[in-house]
Amino acid sequence: MDQGPIGTELAAGDHPQGVPTAQTPSIFDPVSSPALAIRELSFVVLGLSAVIFVVVAGVAAYTLVRFRNRPGDGRREPPQVYGSTQIELAWTVVPFLIVMVLFLVTARYIYGIEGRAMPSDALEVTVVGNQWWWEIRYPRLGIVTANELHVPVSDPARPAPTFITLQSVDVIHSFWVPQLAGKMDLIPNKTNRMWIDPRVPGTYVGQCAEYCGTQHAWMLLEVIVHPRDEFDRWVAAQQTPAVADPAARAGRELFLSLSCINCHTVRGTPANGVFGPDLTHLMSRRTIAAGAARNTPEALRAWVDAPGAIKPGVLMPAMKLAKSELDSLTTYLLTLR
Amino acid sequence: MSVLSPTLMSPEAAARRPWLEHAHDWVVTVDHKRLGIMYVVSGLVFFVVAGIEATLMRLQLAWPGLHIVPPETFNRLFTMHGTSMVFLVGIPIVFGFGNYLVPLMIGARDLAFPRLNAFGFWMFLFAGLLLHWSFIGGEGLSGSGSAPAVGWFAYAPLTSRAFTPGNATDYWNLAVFIAGVGTIGTAINIVATTLTMRGPGMTLGRMPIFVWTMVTVSAMTLFILPPLSAAQIMLLLDRFLGAHFFDTQAGGSAVMWQHFFWFFGHPEVYVLMLPGFGFVSEIIPVFSRKVIFGYATLVAATVSIGGVALSTWAHHMFVVGMGTGLNAVFALSTMLIAVPTGIKIFNWLATMYGGRIRFRTPMLFCCAFLFQFLCAGLTGVMLSVAPFDWQLSDSYFVVAHFHFVLIGGLLFAIFAAIYYWFPKVTGRMLSERLGRWHFWLLVVGFNLTFLTMHGQGVLGMPRRIYTYPADRGWEMWNLVTTLGVPLQIVAVLIFAVNVAVSLRRGERAGDDPWDAWTLEWATSSPPPEYNFETIPVTTSRRPLWDMKHPDDPDGPHE
Repeated sequence: MDQGPIGTELAAGDHPQGVPTAQTPSIFDPVSSPALAIRELSFVVLGLSAVIFVVVAGVAAYTLVRFRNRPGDGRREPPQVYGSTQIELAWTVVPFLIVMVLFLVTARYIYGIEGRAMPSDALEVTVVGNQWWWEIRYPRLGIVTANELHVPVSDPARPAPTFITLQSVDVIHSFWVPQLAGKMDLIPNKTNRMWIDPRVPGTYVGQCAEYCGTQHAWMLLEVIVHPRDEFDRWVAAQQTPAVADPAARAGRELFLSLSCINCHTVRGTPANGVFGPDLTHLMSRRTIAAGAARNTPEALRAWVDAPGAIKPGVLMPAMKLAKSELDSLTTYLLTLR
Repeated sequence: MSVLSPTLMSPEAAARRPWLEHAHDWVVTVDHKRLGIMYVVSGLVFFVVAGIEATLMRLQLAWPGLHIVPPETFNRLFTMHGTSMVFLVGIPIVFGFGNYLVPLMIGARDLAFPRLNAFGFWMFLFAGLLLHWSFIGGEGLSGSGSAPAVGWFAYAPLTSRAFTPGNATDYWNLAVFIAGVGTIGTAINIVATTLTMRGPGMTLGRMPIFVWTMVTVSAMTLFILPPLSAAQIMLLLDRFLGAHFFDTQAGGSAVMWQHFFWFFGHPEVYVLMLPGFGFVSEIIPVFSRKVIFGYATLVAATVSIGGVALSTWAHHMFVVGMGTGLNAVFALSTMLIAVPTGIKIFNWLATMYGGRIRFRTPMLFCCAFLFQFLCAGLTGVMLSVAPFDWQLSDSYFVVAHFHFVLIGGLLFAIFAAIYYWFPKVTGRMLSERLGRWHFWLLVVGFNLTFLTMHGQGVLGMPRRIYTYPADRGWEMWNLVTTLGVPLQIVAVLIFAVNVAVSLRRGERAGDDPWDAWTLEWATSSPPPEYNFETIPVTTSRRPLWDMKHPDDPDGPHE
């Protein structure tokens, strides 16, 4: 979008130090071209609406005050005015013209955002919606992770956009990170696409925006925007198989002997399930359960023990493990850095 | 001047009859007025139930991380709230008013098919009871009860058996289907009545605007409800016979359901709103003491809204990836609706301009309607701007928008209508003092709740979440939203007290308490079963104006 017709430059001083993790995902605080373009367009619409509101509401208020029935008016009826072709024609044609202008502006932005072709060097990511978590796949990089989308920062002078393919394995979900772009649905049996080019490193929060069942509320999403070199290091780390820490051998054996492996993958082990999040680098992630809990040892243990206590209705079953088994399994999971 | 008629039985004799006989009269009635009353009263009862559901949701969302209702319950609450408000509150109340008023306004003795009318009402009522029975019997005969939790537009494939086992979703599907059958019957009835049973002199061009809105929405209903019913039958086949219309695992299309649903669902908003416009178009002239400004333009605007509304449905689907072409087309068709809608607002303002406005309770509700509906219209234009909608769709901004339409617009218009026609229906006036309390509390409560919701929306809060993280900066907005609720509850309670007290002790209304101009005010309050002793002859759009002002009748000005 560097030479494109839409999108504005960031105002100087927006996010000088990057964005803190805890933040409001306001649509008026954009850092990526689609969201910037939408804000630009929204200012046009909001300005127009404000003018119309002030004029019409002003006339209405004036009329209500000026023509209220006053004591002394008696029961005399006011002059009856049946209509006026000229006036009515005017307030038909003028709004029609406004609408036409608004439509042309809108159409330009629709094509500007949706019509962006993917450059050959763009980062490609596939996001797959699941009840109730996000699978994030980097098909060209051989990385699979969950609930955190890591992308490189995009310098408007040297754009590095990320093109996202959206799919769903079950019901409809919607990918919405307001500061980066408008939302787009993830629909089973249909493939959608969108793109972002965040210009400021930081973490941007969002969540599923289409009702998708019991735990729609805890289907949170984070997009972490890295400087280029940091992103390359993240990729390299994610591409390694899971570490096999001898200290956690018992937990590893236990993990592989349980039905955990029916749903979860840990690369470098026989665990290759696909129904749950890939756990190869579980401990590199900030949260578990799609944002329902922070990824701490205590929360992880509690989660494995009784997922439904943290996220009622979650599809992961409680495995009814003994305390020692739970400790041993948690120890293993903590090694999956 | 009224065409008074003796009632069949003196009030004293009527009071002595056992209540069972009264009840029997109501159950077997085919009188359009009694059915109209039953529609509106049942609608108000469901309104209270759906309001309680909304209150529970707002308590749960007042602050992040509350545990007032569990997630699954919350999802059932918003599903039942939305389904009830549209199918069991909005439709029955506007069609109830249509039932009561259309024959009276056009000088007819009843609707064209009185028994079809009764059939439609009972279909609606039992559909409502069936839907609410799901709280007890939702999972099936052996399981525990539960209401549907698929949202009021029940998107596929969440409605497939894989994702909603049990029968909760079937309760939604069948109840809405049955309610639809009743509505189609009533729609046919209203179209037939207005086309064939108008009194002497009541040409189409003299029908009150409210009647025009009822004909328009009844005709629209005949276009939009059958596709929804068809889609519901497809869903039924999917769920019980293994068809694959919407079953994405077997090649079905989730997007197709959305097309079917919104082809009904969007025009449905206008089916609800146009009669609201009709109420306002009847009430504003009477309390401004002026003839409606631009009758022909208003009728044209009504009919063209009805037409254009059939081509805007996919603006609910800007985020499903329809492609640039369809996005642009539906943005345009949606924006075009703003033109006839604007005409209506301008014509109402022109009607008030130069009048002598009397701020009785019905007029107060109309005034708030004007401002709030203006807001709703402008946020509607914002949502028609497809890229802006990619941000706002499925957020609290949308929730705020459609509550401004349906509460700030329609509900306020309905309350205006109730205060305006209550004297005709019951023979007694509602209290002005309680009416003012009702009005002001509702205005403040409504705006506290729904004006703030625009805020959560632009700050990134999606709809239909049972709780939210504490670090998003949404908590104060949500707290204020919830604080508006008690004010609205008190307002509705005051209204209930007003009705209860006025029914017994309200001031006697007489035939024509507002000094109005349409035919329903030419008969007694309440009207006799046969409406008019002799059918009045209509000489212009304001037959009672002509009677009251024989020196300056309307006819020459039309």
